Amino acid sequence: MKRLPVLVALIWVCSVFYVGIFLFVGGFLLVRLEVNRTSTCADVLSPGAQVKGDFCLSEPRFRRAVVLIIDALKADFTRYDPENTAPKPFENKLPVLDEMASSHPSQARLYTFRADPPTTTMQRIKGFTTGSLPTFIDVGNNFASNAILEDNLVHQLGQVGKRVVFMGDDTWVSLFPKKFHKSLPFPSFNVKDLHTVDNGILQNIYPTMEGDDWDVLIAHFLGVDHCGHRFGPDHPAMAEKLSQMDGVIRSVIKRLKNDTLLVVMGDHGMTDTGDHGGESQKETDAALFLYSSSPLFSAPGSQVEPEVVPQTDLVPTLALLLGVPIPYSSVGQVLLPLFPQNGSRGAPTGLSQAEALWINVKQVNRFLETYSNMAKDIPPDSLSQLRADFSNISSQYLAAVHKGHLPSHDLVVSMQNYLTGVRETCRASWARFNPFKMAAGLLILGVSCMLCYVISELSHLVIQEGLLKLPILSGLVVGLVVAAGQLFTQGYLELSWCLGAASLSSEVLFLWRTRGVSPRGRWSASGLLTPALLVLFLRCASLLSDSYVIYEGHVVTFLLFTLSVYIPLRLNWDGLLVPLPPPDTQKPPRLLPTTLPSSVVRREATILLVWLGVMVGSLYLSLSLHNCREEQGTCQPSPFLSPLSRVQDSQLRNLHYVLSVVSLAMWGYLLHRWLRHYGNLNCSSVTVFSACFLLPLACVCMGLHWAVSATPEDTFRTLSELIGLAQVFLPRATFCLLGLGLLLLWVDPMTVFLKSRTPLNSRGTSLPPPKYRASTGISPQAELHHLIPQLYQRIRHSLEDGVTESGEADSRPAVEAYGLGTVYSAPLILLCGLLGLVLLLLHPEGMALAFLLLLLEAAAVLHIHACSTTLSSLHKHSNGFSVPWAPVVSWSLAAAQFFHATGHLPTFPSIQWGAAFVGFPQGHTGTVLPASLVTLNTFSSHIIFAVGCPLLLFWPLVCEVRGTRSTRSAGAEESEDAVMEMRLRENPQKFSSGLLQLAARYLFVNGAQVFASVCAAAILRRHLMVWKVFAPKLMFEASGFIVGSMFVILGVAMVMRVDMSVGGLFKKLLPQNSRQSSLITSGPAKAAPAQVEVSHHIGSDAACGSFPDNPEVMTEN
Amino acid sequence: MWDVEIRGMASAHAIIASSIFMATVMPAVLLENFSVYGTHMVWLYCVAGSVAVVNTAVFWLLGISPPTKKNTLSYKINRLSRSCLYFLLSCLFFHTVVVMYGAPLLESALETFSLAVLLSTLTTLRCLCILGPNVQAWIRVFSRDGAMSVWDTSLQITTGCSVIGAWLGAFPIPLDWDRPWQVWPISCTLGATTGFLTGLVAAPVWIHWHRKQLTYKLK
Ligand SMILES: [Zn+2]
Ligand SMILES: [Zn+2]
Repeated sequence: MKRLPVLVALIWVCSVFYVGIFLFVGGFLLVRLEVNRTSTCADVLSPGAQVKGDFCLSEPRFRRAVVLIIDALKADFTRYDPENTAPKPFENKLPVLDEMASSHPSQARLYTFRADPPTTTMQRIKGFTTGSLPTFIDVGNNFASNAILEDNLVHQLGQVGKRVVFMGDDTWVSLFPKKFHKSLPFPSFNVKDLHTVDNGILQNIYPTMEGDDWDVLIAHFLGVDHCGHRFGPDHPAMAEKLSQMDGVIRSVIKRLKNDTLLVVMGDHGMTDTGDHGGESQKETDAALFLYSSSPLFSAPGSQVEPEVVPQTDLVPTLALLLGVPIPYSSVGQVLLPLFPQNGSRGAPTGLSQAEALWINVKQVNRFLETYSNMAKDIPPDSLSQLRADFSNISSQYLAAVHKGHLPSHDLVVSMQNYLTGVRETCRASWARFNPFKMAAGLLILGVSCMLCYVISELSHLVIQEGLLKLPILSGLVVGLVVAAGQLFTQGYLELSWCLGAASLSSEVLFLWRTRGVSPRGRWSASGLLTPALLVLFLRCASLLSDSYVIYEGHVVTFLLFTLSVYIPLRLNWDGLLVPLPPPDTQKPPRLLPTTLPSSVVRREATILLVWLGVMVGSLYLSLSLHNCREEQGTCQPSPFLSPLSRVQDSQLRNLHYVLSVVSLAMWGYLLHRWLRHYGNLNCSSVTVFSACFLLPLACVCMGLHWAVSATPEDTFRTLSELIGLAQVFLPRATFCLLGLGLLLLWVDPMTVFLKSRTPLNSRGTSLPPPKYRASTGISPQAELHHLIPQLYQRIRHSLEDGVTESGEADSRPAVEAYGLGTVYSAPLILLCGLLGLVLLLLHPEGMALAFLLLLLEAAAVLHIHACSTTLSSLHKHSNGFSVPWAPVVSWSLAAAQFFHATGHLPTFPSIQWGAAFVGFPQGHTGTVLPASLVTLNTFSSHIIFAVGCPLLLFWPLVCEVRGTRSTRSAGAEESEDAVMEMRLRENPQKFSSGLLQLAARYLFVNGAQVFASVCAAAILRRHLMVWKVFAPKLMFEASGFIVGSMFVILGVAMVMRVDMSVGGLFKKLLPQNSRQSSLITSGPAKAAPAQVEVSHHIGSDAACGSFPDNPEVMTEN
Repeated sequence: MWDVEIRGMASAHAIIASSIFMATVMPAVLLENFSVYGTHMVWLYCVAGSVAVVNTAVFWLLGISPPTKKNTLSYKINRLSRSCLYFLLSCLFFHTVVVMYGAPLLESALETFSLAVLLSTLTTLRCLCILGPNVQAWIRVFSRDGAMSVWDTSLQITTGCSVIGAWLGAFPIPLDWDRPWQVWPISCTLGATTGFLTGLVAAPVWIHWHRKQLTYKLK
């Protein structure tokens, strides 16, 4: 077969898709520009402002501050309701906050503290230290926290000589390297660890506070957040954790001095399952508690209290209270209740409300000016409006100060409005798009889909003619020319445009060249209007509606069900599902005269319906394994999704465990059963070793690992070390075993057992002795069931030649080959099985059930495809090895369906971060490994289905044996023997083109979905739901495509690897046989250069076959 | 001959279609608080009942039903009971299919079953009327060359249209428009009914247009 053209075509198509995605995403998800300027003490002073002396030298309102950050301190956790007699674990556990706020109203306040999405810890730390709004694209950086380069509070405190002491979550140290006077970081990455960080803080915080070596103390507790991630808020551990925090706050308050401000805050909230990252109110609403031993607030009711405090507002407030300049890029607004209404009263050194606001307004205005000079993404009309507001405020304020009386209340309100206006403008414009890049990306993706379609239709031409060479070369040239042009005119390189130009030019050139080649009729609308493509169209259209994206799991199941039910209906419509009545003399024979015998039709139809039942059953069961989006109202997440350690009822836990282990065992057993059934486990190659030993061993390891990780921590205190050890080594051992299996599979994918019958043949080869057969326990009956050695026969006339040439052609067959009929699909199935186990290990235990259903459903799709191919084989002329659209679309829909059925959703909070800790409970040092583990976990169903994609090509051939066997039993022609996958070997050209066509179709189906979600994001970019639904969907769809397409190429490469091995096997066989039989060595292309006699040995027949060594060589000559 | 048959079919279909309209309009006049959305189940069973009665009457009067071999009473009763059994089985079948398509299993099971009853009335009942309780004949009819009379063709068309209508009716359910007709199973029943009406109109038209190509084997 032709390997290079197929691989090149696939890689080219994929890379063109990647470029389109890259361009679009680059234009769609803009990053906010960071302003690398810092505020200084001199900025605060300005002519007219009534601040005496140097701002930084003047006495601030507070000399010191203690900031306690309790990660994920949701607003609900801090509410205290004395009426509540049966509080949930997270209710009424922090009474200190309410006590203080109600008993000392002038000293303490409790607010709801609203974070900006994304509500991930690192973005929040960035947000409440810089006062800015981290953008959407930062979400992915949670693994690698980089130092904050923008001006921030920690930097400013350091500038004026305040000693900042930090303890807690080590994210801070990577964000602020070398900024702290003293820091005590503790590892934060291990979500399962509730106590290390908190206990570390508790050991150090009181001694530090009692000492005098600090001005600002920041302590970041992680226990509550980790408790949420591990157990959810509704768990006794959460009550324990919150009570501990209550005690901490009480002890800290006891130790506070009069010049110290206490801030207790959460960085974000959490959902009901304890996760966060999105923008639902449960995730954004945290708590903020402010306390000082000296009176701080005016009497309640004397001024308007804010309902909700935006998180950005903390930065300017803290800065001014501590006497440091507000960080340069802050867009926050000072929290007015903390400042006296008129500065001359009360605290002499504090700023009045109007002064604080004025400093704030000036800083924000300066930032806005700088930013609008750097970047053009703030709309000019709102910018000029804000400028006009500012000059208005400025003149009024200066006039008031000049006249010596206090600024009016209206002025304070207009300053507040100005600040709110700036924040809203920034929030709106930092999600702005680059329309040119978006359009270019859309164009390239659209043309790529066309390209995929064309390649799938013209696969036979693509592999034969050098259609690809010119487009690819010209693409490269155009890309280089554009790059050179950019360097010449602009002086710098914009990679995206070079790539865009290159891919677009190559695409267009290819389409132009195939324009003449393509037969006209094929492009008509009727070719595109098949129901399978209609279903694909519906699927793509569903991506344009937010409701359908929210209910995507159900929508995909619905469509898949429709498509599967359609197949038997269609077959019945064509009169192929039920045996035809005896030939009707009146009716002209429309069909080919050779019809399948009615017994075969009946059995195939039964098999089809049985597998349809399996399909429907697994589809229905998989619906109960879904996770829930927050938009889905009353939905309950599947109980199988929570890790076993979270299940509190021990009986239920045992039941879940048993179910998972049984599913796992079934997974292994079904694979093994299939391989044994088709005789692929007879040889002694390393692949068989991995199938027979590595696979079960890995399953056992996994079962043990689940058992260990499901044990509650408290039950075996004495064995805790052993358990910890087992949690590290069992999964790692499983990874190693499966990795070894995959490696062995790649090294030697052959699963063919060769047996020589004539003793002469065995010389010089490593063919096993005859007793091997007995030792593997192959019973004659088993042989009758598919363990038949597959006959490889080709070219009838050269057989006759061979017979005449060899004269006394012995009636005994020369070589028997077991498992040759499934030589291609067996390694592929094993590959899928091993990969599936790796991916299952990364999931919660209960998902074993989903994986079993996945296996059944994949088998059902394959069998339905095979049966319908068999049934319709006489209706349509089999055109090479062409896989119709319906199974390809089903395959892709099944991948999308199991994305949902394995508990995933296209939202960021639903990413199963726990996957990063499988085998690494202590966390990671790098970022590549955890990121790839999480990627594998997220796209596991895409991966399995992508790798298994070539099976769609093989399955009709694998199942072919049944039909022909019964033909034989019915006394049909003997020569139509079970050739199974050797048919592919007979037609290497058609094999290559069929493989390319299948892969291109699969890529087309997936690419069309990416294109649809890209269109959705582009068209609906002003939609209310764009950041909640469409943008995450686009990211998941695009990443799924990228991962999936890579694994499609891997699957195709695996097939080619097998093909190489098969070629090698036959080459090895030929010389030894050629010595016996005199050969036709040269001649017309039909004649084989060499031949070997292979037999199948059912009964006493002795058919002799011969085959060409390397058919490509022949055709290329 | 052809025109007579087509005309007969058209008038039969017109009667059936008007019965659906009557089933919608009459209760609205007679009953208080009747509305298609509000008291959907009442409407559904009105339509199902009237379609069933009118269908049976029309086909019985026209004598479309397959010729009975024996004319004894017991044979007729046997036939009738088998028809009832098949109808019930088809209701269960449709119920299962609808549940498999994602309808809730336990809650609003009555609504789901009512949809199944309506679908059976629109499809299976016509099969029973035209072909009798003979599953093999049903399977035969739904193949390309299976139609043996204009009535078979019309059966193909109306059944296909009803099922496709019900299928299409499921599409608006997930949308967040909060309309009264998005409540399960209203959109599906409306879809099925609309599809059925479309089929009733389309069948004579289609047969009229394709009368040259249609060649039926004699029974
Ligand atoms: Zn956090
Ligand atoms: Zn967290």
